[in-house]
Amino acid sequence: MAASIFAAVPRAPPVAVFKLTADFREDGDSRKVNLGVGAYRTDEGQPWVLPVVRKVEQLIAGDGSLNHEYLPILGLPEFRANASRIALGDDSPAIAQKRVGSVQGLGGTGSLRIGAEFLRRWYNGNNNTATPVYVSSPTWENHNSVFMDAGFKDIRTYRYWDAAKRGLDLQGLLDDMEKAPEFSIFILHACAHNPTGTDPTPDQWKQIAAVMKRRCLFPFFDSAYQGFASGSLDKDAWAVRYFVSEGFELFCAQSFSKNFGLYNERVGNLTVVGKDEDNVQRVLSQMEKIVRTTWSNPPSQGARIVATTLTSPQLFAEWKDNVKTMADRVLLMRSELRSRLESLGTPGTWNHITDQIGMFSFTGLNPKQVEYMIKEKHIYLMASGRINMCGLTTKNLDYVAKSIHEAVTKIQ
Amino acid sequence: GSSFRADMLLSAHGESRATPTFCSWWSHVEMGPPDPILGVTEAFKRDTNSKKMNLGVGAYRDDNGKPYVLNCVRKAEAMIASKKMDKEYLPIAGLADFTRASAELALGENSEAFKSGRYVTVQGISGTGSLRIGANFLQRFFKFSRDVYLPKPSWGNHTPIFRDAGLQLQAYRYYDPKTCSLDFTGAMEDISKIPEKSIILLHACAHNPTGVDPRQEQWKELASVVKKRNLLVYFDMAYQGFASGDINRDAWAVRHFIEQGIDVVLSQSYAKNMGLYGERAGAFTVICRDAEEAKRVESQLKILIRPMYSNPPINGARIASLILNTPDLRKEWLVEVKSMADRIISMRTQLVSNLKKEGSSHNWQHITDQIGMFCFTGLKPEQVERLTKEFSIYMTKDGRISVAGVASSNVGYLAHAIHQVTK
Repeated sequence: MAASIFAAVPRAPPVAVFKLTADFREDGDSRKVNLGVGAYRTDEGQPWVLPVVRKVEQLIAGDGSLNHEYLPILGLPEFRANASRIALGDDSPAIAQKRVGSVQGLGGTGSLRIGAEFLRRWYNGNNNTATPVYVSSPTWENHNSVFMDAGFKDIRTYRYWDAAKRGLDLQGLLDDMEKAPEFSIFILHACAHNPTGTDPTPDQWKQIAAVMKRRCLFPFFDSAYQGFASGSLDKDAWAVRYFVSEGFELFCAQSFSKNFGLYNERVGNLTVVGKDEDNVQRVLSQMEKIVRTTWSNPPSQGARIVATTLTSPQLFAEWKDNVKTMADRVLLMRSELRSRLESLGTPGTWNHITDQIGMFSFTGLNPKQVEYMIKEKHIYLMASGRINMCGLTTKNLDYVAKSIHEAVTKIQ
Repeated sequence: GSSFRADMLLSAHGESRATPTFCSWWSHVEMGPPDPILGVTEAFKRDTNSKKMNLGVGAYRDDNGKPYVLNCVRKAEAMIASKKMDKEYLPIAGLADFTRASAELALGENSEAFKSGRYVTVQGISGTGSLRIGANFLQRFFKFSRDVYLPKPSWGNHTPIFRDAGLQLQAYRYYDPKTCSLDFTGAMEDISKIPEKSIILLHACAHNPTGVDPRQEQWKELASVVKKRNLLVYFDMAYQGFASGDINRDAWAVRHFIEQGIDVVLSQSYAKNMGLYGERAGAFTVICRDAEEAKRVESQLKILIRPMYSNPPINGARIASLILNTPDLRKEWLVEVKSMADRIISMRTQLVSNLKKEGSSHNWQHITDQIGMFCFTGLKPEQVERLTKEFSIYMTKDGRISVAGVASSNVGYLAHAIHQVTK
């Protein structure tokens, strides 16, 4: 019998963050804590469906006039327009000038992918797979794969996290941008940098924008936490809006997984800001072709929920309130963890825990200390030392703080 | 080209801080060609004739010309809403209950391949997404050939899907425009010459766009020649249940090939047979040598999916899963899918009988021989144009009609119009 055509297919390694959760599930220790996967948890450690989402789902379920017909290729129009409005602001001049386009994508990932596929075909000369794509060091691990699978051959890193001072390496970042070939693509985290939780200040963003403008670098924003980071939609969109006001053409991949808690509905939006309406229309027409061969048209449920919420003043207010609830709990856990570590006298400085923002914190724990946390304390976190603040609760704060203290004092 | 880059640099370096005046990165981006089917729908919408008919629509319509939400779907949705489940991410490969039920639906519960577990099924974004995952997987791991052989004609989106995945397109004869039926001799001839270990795509049932399917004896011969040529078979099954009204009959070809020892790959869609169009429920399956191989293949499929959209949308899959796995709902679904198929078949029958009543002397048997949503009428472009201009009947230039767009209230009008342009 002939050998199987797939005999040579190697077993791929599992995605690290999901393996972590799988290991956590199998752990029988009652003290276990999961500080791995990036999803919001309540103070009871449970997933949280936003009350406004439940309400809107009931509205949708009760609306007999709705059917399951195909959405247009680029997505639900009310979703697209309002999603971009959330990113750019109600009073965005770019929107008023009709030079903003939107593509509904499957989550932030899907939106990134469509943007990447478009850039590979149309940016910097046609079909230019050699254009360098820069991702921050470190970054969300899937960024590399998205751009690689889209066909880019040259993916590089720009300095970002300064492990010694546990903050932004601004000088290194600006330096790398100065040295980058003109027209390079830079993936920028709009807010709540994943995995470090460290964002540039507005002043630092201004410096970044100045260099990018001078060097003709293309800004591709990844905005997965708008509202979730500071609790304010506008504050979290400041960087994107600043770049728009500086005249950049840019892409912004938005995710509504976290700020709407719609993880499994795959709701995202690629906002395209161009010089004028004509350019944007042509760009959208080509993105349509890309979408058509990837998923034909996007799923409707999540987009309906978001559109319904964003177009109703009352529901919109409720949503902002729900978002603030999540952001506030995270902020509380940050301050509680930091104060415990400082009370314990844990060696090192811990202000970075409250300086950082969003779901994640780069604790500064090294791989050996992380291993100790997992094996000895049954506290699951990424080898990078990244923790998901949402995994902390008032019940486990003491245990986690004490465990970090042990890890830092026992292991070097 | 380079002058555009020079422009960008000049404008970047020379511009003042206050008023950025870039030329655009996108100046050279061409306007994409208009979608031909969309064009048909747009023209239809503009038409003010009360008798107008849209026969371009690729979605089922009831006898009142309205979209149809299946009762079993409504029931499943109510059940889901009442459970108030969370919205946590699905695994990359999708909802396990859905993928398992999907495999069982396609392969049959008694299938050796299914029972032994020597398959992997991942959730895909309806038919297109499932096709694309498969295409990407073959591009990366099927090193024997870059060529995908499509029937002539095939669904318009097949070509760009495989091309974007990095594969090359070839064709084998399929449709005979002289008889409006299968060019079986031509197909067998072409397929017997396909280089070994190439990829061949077959429509499992309700061929799109022609509606022409091989009979079972013909499928047997196709399986035999495909096996002899050692081809990698890619089945596209977008209409299981929707074609004949019988899910087992519609899956017969897929199951026969597997029984003959051909380890196929398969994409499924629930857009039409469950009316879940916009919910994007679909699946991609690889029949493997054994369960161990299935695990390896699955791990690589996940590596392909993660940078595309991370994990799939839950809503459609959960509805489909509930229907397939709940005996009462499944029974109801089988009745409903049969009723959709029956309505289509009835419209075909009525169209032919009305054409006869009109006095048409042509042979319209192909209309009832063909199966599924679409029908290749055999009408020529000039005749199609007359149908549109004189009767406000809209279809694609190749003479394809969507039978779903025909209702008891207008089948007579359609027959009359066709007779006028063909007599």
